[in-house]
Amino acid sequence: MKILVPLKRVADPDNANKVKVNAGKLVTTGLEWKPNPFDEYAVETALRLTENGTATKTRQGEVVVVTFGPKDSETTLRAMLGTGADRAIRVDTGDDQIDGDVVARALKALVEKEKPDLVLCGKQAVDGDSGQVGQQLAEYLGWPQATFAGSIESEGDKALLVGREVDGGTIKLRVELPAVVSVDLRIVAPKSVKSVHTPATHAYPEGVRFAALMAIMAAKKKPLAEVKLADLTSDAAPKIQYLDYELPPARKAGVKVKDVTELVTRLKTEAKVV
Amino acid sequence: MASPYREEHEQFRKTVRTFAQKELAPFVDEWEKSECFPNEVFKRAGELGLFSAHYKEEQGGIGGDYWFSVAKGEELPHCRSAGVSMGLLVQGDMATPVIGDLGTKEQIEEFLKPALKGEKIAALGVTEPNAGSDVAGIQTWARKDGDDYIINGAKTYITNGTRSDFVTLLVKTSPEQGAHGCSFFLVPSSTKGFIVAKKLKKVGNWASDTAELAFDEMRVPKRYLLGEENMGFMYLMQNFQTERLIAATSCCAGLQLAIDEAIAFGRDRKAFGKPIIKREYWQHKFVELLTKLEAGRALSYKAAEAYNDDKHVNNGQVSMETVKLISMAKVFVGELSSEIIDQCMQFHGGAGYMEEYPIARAFRDQRLLRIGGGTTETMRYYLAKLMGL
Repeated sequence: MKILVPLKRVADPDNANKVKVNAGKLVTTGLEWKPNPFDEYAVETALRLTENGTATKTRQGEVVVVTFGPKDSETTLRAMLGTGADRAIRVDTGDDQIDGDVVARALKALVEKEKPDLVLCGKQAVDGDSGQVGQQLAEYLGWPQATFAGSIESEGDKALLVGREVDGGTIKLRVELPAVVSVDLRIVAPKSVKSVHTPATHAYPEGVRFAALMAIMAAKKKPLAEVKLADLTSDAAPKIQYLDYELPPARKAGVKVKDVTELVTRLKTEAKVV
Repeated sequence: MASPYREEHEQFRKTVRTFAQKELAPFVDEWEKSECFPNEVFKRAGELGLFSAHYKEEQGGIGGDYWFSVAKGEELPHCRSAGVSMGLLVQGDMATPVIGDLGTKEQIEEFLKPALKGEKIAALGVTEPNAGSDVAGIQTWARKDGDDYIINGAKTYITNGTRSDFVTLLVKTSPEQGAHGCSFFLVPSSTKGFIVAKKLKKVGNWASDTAELAFDEMRVPKRYLLGEENMGFMYLMQNFQTERLIAATSCCAGLQLAIDEAIAFGRDRKAFGKPIIKREYWQHKFVELLTKLEAGRALSYKAAEAYNDDKHVNNGQVSMETVKLISMAKVFVGELSSEIIDQCMQFHGGAGYMEEYPIARAFRDQRLLRIGGGTTETMRYYLAKLMGL
């Protein structure tokens, strides 16, 4: 199976307080970039689907990772090549001036060129939280889609049984390949991904894998191609315009109340929540 | 100094940190109790490349520079057990670099390559019951018998010693020549006459096993002699600088963790109406400690840069200037660690004396830094000689 995984770098979510706004624009200099966690889960899922979990040296398919960004975003791609992806493509753009729709349209062109059996993506990026690319891409391609996957079972690499957590249980969708699937956090649990290549008894370590040093060095020799955005879509104008950024207001100090009676009164009269 | 780290260093750093946090830290309480971490940890660390980064490719390494090792040393403290860190550092940075420098092709195949993969566990045998930092005073003796050597004697305080597969062993080959009569051997622990005499109880570093070894008429073939006969003392001075360097750089990272955690504790802990970190006394104290730590790290990095230039850029010997810097860094950071950890424990009050806070373990563990790899006093003795005082 050939799988295409689009991924995005995001400002380190653990250091969100470093994000600064200047004159209505985000200041990105000095930020530490990390792969979007949901995209990392997608890469892990793709790797699990294209290997025998008990003998991972021999690949049973191909994983191609794609990102949209400037030259230095190749760091993110190489990190994924280190963990096991086979090939990488960078679509040359800035970090902003694109939106989910541009990305989805460009990806459509890339998918038509690469002809993967499956596009696996994170359910959303943790910076903009838009969560649109997977769905838009499926629509543009006219492919079936399953979103927020918590489990995936490959049926002979011809179709996928995709589990998604809903209130009170799990809903299971069968999608025929080719398809677009977006993944949620639980996809990286030890037994969330099942394929014909891996014995059903095999349990993966929880979470995403990390790269051995030998793999990090070998990743430098794996193919990494650059593609111009204009070669993928003639209309690169974003539909969403960002007019202004502002930081959330600083938290105000709380007030102390004497007793429960005062608390209830003030909740009623001032906060108006009861 | 511009950052010595490139993209692949940073990725390796992330790998080591994740390994320490996910595959070591959850188990260290158990290993501290059992006073030994499992052999499989060596295997896993070897798979991830923790031992082999700075060795040449033909030796089973990656061919990287020494900054890979520094990055590794800085991330290992995230496992929260100096014993585990130490056991792993002995494997790649203390007992084995000398094999890379001097080993024959056969010795590299038999000892170094499996050690870098974590398949054979390495130990370094220098200290003896009657000779520690004063290495020239060792008494373990290898006498020639035809083409072999017969070794008798004892070694002590040997990290990884209860389960090592081989020991990089310093012995006297010409006892009458003092320091200039020492030689190194690589000795498999399966050799007849190799005895693990005792597992030693220690003040700290509990998760690491420490042994006393005895050698009784142990016959070792000449092919296990490392380098030239009677050059052991020179080799020790030249090839064991990484032991002190990695101790200093790794220690700085551990101290940073301890301070960060103490400060976090002090934000929550209130005394007399406000968080104790808001007390001016402690604010000044932490400013001072962090300043000293910054100085210690700068000195260690200067030493690491000098070492990396000597060995990995110029591919030559370690210069006396580099030895001086490494010795200074080891002494400075070792002494500083006692001060910082002591103050961090004081800041914790009663909580710091309880096992449930990491500072308690750090308090026991840090004490070794002023002793292991050459005591502060011995280091100063050599430094005075080196500087012609």
